[in-house]
Amino acid sequence: MISIELLVSQVEGLERDELERWIAHEWVRPDGPPEHFSFHQIDVARVRLIRELRYEMDVNEAAVPIILSLLDQLYELRRQIREAGALIKK
Amino acid sequence: MDDPYQTLGLSRDASADDIRNAYRKLAKKHHPDLNPGDKKAEERFKTISAANEILSDPVKRGKFDRGEIDATGQERAQQPRYRDYADSEAGGRYSSTSRPGEWNPEDLSDIFGSMFGQGRPFDQNAPIRGQDLHYTLTIEFLDAINGATRRLTLPEGGVLDVKIPPGTNEGQVLRLRNQGGPGRNGAPNGDALIELHVEPHPFFVRDGQDIRLELPVTVSEAVLGGPVEVPTPKGPVRMRIPPHSDTGTELRLRERGVPAHGSRPAGALYAKLRVVIGPTDAAFEEFLRSWQPEHPNDPRRALKETP
Repeated sequence: MISIELLVSQVEGLERDELERWIAHEWVRPDGPPEHFSFHQIDVARVRLIRELRYEMDVNEAAVPIILSLLDQLYELRRQIREAGALIKK
Repeated sequence: MDDPYQTLGLSRDASADDIRNAYRKLAKKHHPDLNPGDKKAEERFKTISAANEILSDPVKRGKFDRGEIDATGQERAQQPRYRDYADSEAGGRYSSTSRPGEWNPEDLSDIFGSMFGQGRPFDQNAPIRGQDLHYTLTIEFLDAINGATRRLTLPEGGVLDVKIPPGTNEGQVLRLRNQGGPGRNGAPNGDALIELHVEPHPFFVRDGQDIRLELPVTVSEAVLGGPVEVPTPKGPVRMRIPPHSDTGTELRLRERGVPAHGSRPAGALYAKLRVVIGPTDAAFEEFLRSWQPEHPNDPRRALKETP
């Protein structure tokens, strides 16, 4: 787990203001209180994904929560199907 | 490694905008985090990114065009992708349901219900309706017309009493509720579906709600008229043949066809006369020899007039 300072320094081109806005929108959900945010590896990867959506794929800010919500449902479903597959094998 | 222009589908003189647009279009389609089930998306996206890396940078593009660097350029150190986490247990952190990591039984029955054809809950103890069982039963023509109850012996050894409704058609399927496979955990049984086949009758022919019949008559019945007995599905009835009838004359008996059923009114029985001469005797032959017809008739006139 890493702090917000470390995260900003690790992800090239990431602005702290922008990241704090994403956290306020709950696009990224670190642990801890705002003064001591703590990011898991999945949070770091999610920040990178949002950056790629915004700046490499030119997705505008209004569309990001729609994409994230659909992706969250897609991955949720994939985890469930895998779990169901494991249950059926038993 | 492919030529970066080819990878992005661009010509050598593409503008910076062309390159940016081509890259964005391909990145949206092939981004691995947007294609978690597609193993090859990662490779395709890498190739696209590498091509963009070179072409989007005027210095690198110039070096590539002059042959100073090859298409691999420099690859960035590969960071773990979002899908690597989201596709594992860790992904529960961004679960779309309120209780991450837990089964949502409604979701599951939705998913598995659509997979198995009906809303079957994903639960061993859940009630499951029994299977529908299919049988065929061949019935006699008059049973199909009038209705009857017939016993069907099942392959498993049991019997089913099948109530055949009046006016049953060839191929009609009867559904016997709860007579199919047993339900599990208190659910109802399935249904028995019985496909009915109707045997042909020696002289009745069905025509919708009507029944057709060829009725043999003697010469004198046809010429002089008179009462004859006509078979109907409900038993024989007396009918009067009008004088001067002939082969092909069709007589209609109302409500002697298929009985009324459902919203359909009873049909008619159509009897088409066929004059049968039968065995003759000397007196009949003598009469014909001496007979001088008042209106001579040529039954083959139509054959001669038609070219």
